[in-house]
Amino acid sequence: MNTRFPSWLIKVVALLMTYLIVFALISAGAIDDYVLITMVTICINIILATSLNLITGFTGQFSLGHAGFMAIGAYTTALITMRFPSIWAFLGGVLLGAIIAAIVGFLIGLPTLRLRGDYLAIATLGMAEIIRVLLLNFEFTNGAAGLSGIPRNVDWTWLFVFTAGSVLLISNFLKSIPGRDLIAIREDEIAASSIGINAVRAKTLAFVVGAFFGGLAGGLYSAYFYFIKPDLFGFLKSIDILIIVVLGGLGSLSGSVIAAILLALISTWLQDFPEMRMIIYGLILVVIMVFRPQGLLGDRELSMDTFKRIVPRRRKGTS
Amino acid sequence: MKEILTLNQLSLSFGGLAAVSNLDLTLTEGELVGLIGPNGAGKTTVFNLLTGVYPPSSGTIEFHRGEAVHKLGGMKPHAICRAGVGRTFQNIRLFRTLSVLDNVMIAQAQRMRYGLVPSFLHTPKHKRTEQKIREESMELLRIMDLADKAGELAQNMSYGEQRRLEIARAMATQPVLLLLDEPAAGMNPAETAQLTELISWLRKEFTLTILLIEHDMSLVMNICERIYVLDHGLLIASGTASKIQHNPAVITAYLGEEVGDA
Ligand SMILES: Nc1ncnc2c1ncn2[C@@H]1O[C@H](COP(=O)(O)OP(=O)(O)OP(=O)(O)O)[C@@H](O)[C@H]1O
Ligand SMILES: [Mg+2]
Repeated sequence: MNTRFPSWLIKVVALLMTYLIVFALISAGAIDDYVLITMVTICINIILATSLNLITGFTGQFSLGHAGFMAIGAYTTALITMRFPSIWAFLGGVLLGAIIAAIVGFLIGLPTLRLRGDYLAIATLGMAEIIRVLLLNFEFTNGAAGLSGIPRNVDWTWLFVFTAGSVLLISNFLKSIPGRDLIAIREDEIAASSIGINAVRAKTLAFVVGAFFGGLAGGLYSAYFYFIKPDLFGFLKSIDILIIVVLGGLGSLSGSVIAAILLALISTWLQDFPEMRMIIYGLILVVIMVFRPQGLLGDRELSMDTFKRIVPRRRKGTS
Repeated sequence: MKEILTLNQLSLSFGGLAAVSNLDLTLTEGELVGLIGPNGAGKTTVFNLLTGVYPPSSGTIEFHRGEAVHKLGGMKPHAICRAGVGRTFQNIRLFRTLSVLDNVMIAQAQRMRYGLVPSFLHTPKHKRTEQKIREESMELLRIMDLADKAGELAQNMSYGEQRRLEIARAMATQPVLLLLDEPAAGMNPAETAQLTELISWLRKEFTLTILLIEHDMSLVMNICERIYVLDHGLLIASGTASKIQHNPAVITAYLGEEVGDA
């Protein structure tokens, strides 16, 4: 870890390496379809968890409806690419799905974000249920049977671009004026208002941005898995995302990324014990929350500084 | 001298409790005025009314700035801040898990906003603005003698430093009227003396009008040109420090407690 290299350069190099190594492994056949599915799940969960963390961890707005935004993105992308099976339709569909999710986030956020705590949680839960029930009843969404035969447009390259891009954009946003306003509101809304922050507006913006990336993740989902139905985006899916966020740490993007990877690995490993699976999964969650109630990373970020702090100490110890 | 703030028959009740009743109060530009009274007199409630935390039950608040007149009674807290009213809180309200510098930068940034594209993409405009915000915030921290603590978390600061940081954060919004709610609470005499000097200096340097709640009578008598005394939500006296000190109604109101201590 050399201080002569700026940290952004290290980040870019690390990202490129990750991309190229996985790309090489896939080309060489070392990563089979089964492993790839786990990786797709991880990437989609990273986008879902970081975007929900923006709403719940950084802004302090308890939301139980993230799967609703995902559903909007998934159905939009599916309906568009099933009609126009080109890569441009895929990209346009993902973007449009994200935008529609953001608009729904705005329409729902505006009245509900005046609510606090438990009330907001229930309102967002209701919102996601309404979306699910609508999808069940619309003709063009094919009801409970859902949509199948969605063209697979997502490969490793797109997956990587969208995931890295989303995390980077969310991270940048949090290091900007509107992003810091959100953290100020979480810390103390009365104080934040007293220095000129329009809390309702800021919270709505957080909701809209979070919904956008939730929708985007949904688009990637349907463009990989061929098949979607309303029940995939129910209450349990929202809870799954929330678990990743809480486990990684409310207010830590890197925590969300690590937790998304960790939980996917754990549940993949547990597939060898189908009967015990949910019990062990639940136990692991309980143990982690007992020993680290603030989540794996709390509200801190894993950064180059973290490595710098750890690495020299070890070196001194061993040499 | 021009009036900057006019309260007219201002009242607020919580359920049956009249926290503030029919209060008339005026401040002229550049004044430093004290607001005192026993515990539960309604002082903090007056600040909360002035800053939009509660809407008044009745009465009006007029805030004059240049030619503009803002009726603060119906305005939201953030709009009142933007109109030029800054405040601190009796029970300190900092952004506790953020750094000292971030606390000030967040306030400083409110006047230099940029759009969403620079926020997401960190364009040169974002970098330039951030740089400017950072410099101006550091300057404020230097003034408040907090520059060497810039990187520390707000929650790890001493009590006195936290109170100074709250003033710095309020000043970052460039107020013309500053409301200080017990700025010396929890400070030792040396810190209080330092703070007294700082407040006077700030007022001159930034041509502020200041309304100050304080239980420390030495501070109040030292720097306040005029004093308003509240008791049970009612104005019981107002005038210069020496006049107030000998006012029988004020003495009676304070008899239950020790003067200069609470
Ligand atoms: N949000 C509220 N709800 C109900 N009652 C309140 C509320 N805020 C204040 N009060 C009551 O209003 C009265 C005035 O309170 P306030 O905090 O303004 O007093 P104060 O003069 O600032 O006292 P202190 O010197 O103790 O800070 C008190 O009786 C208090 O209990
Ligand atoms: Mg008070």
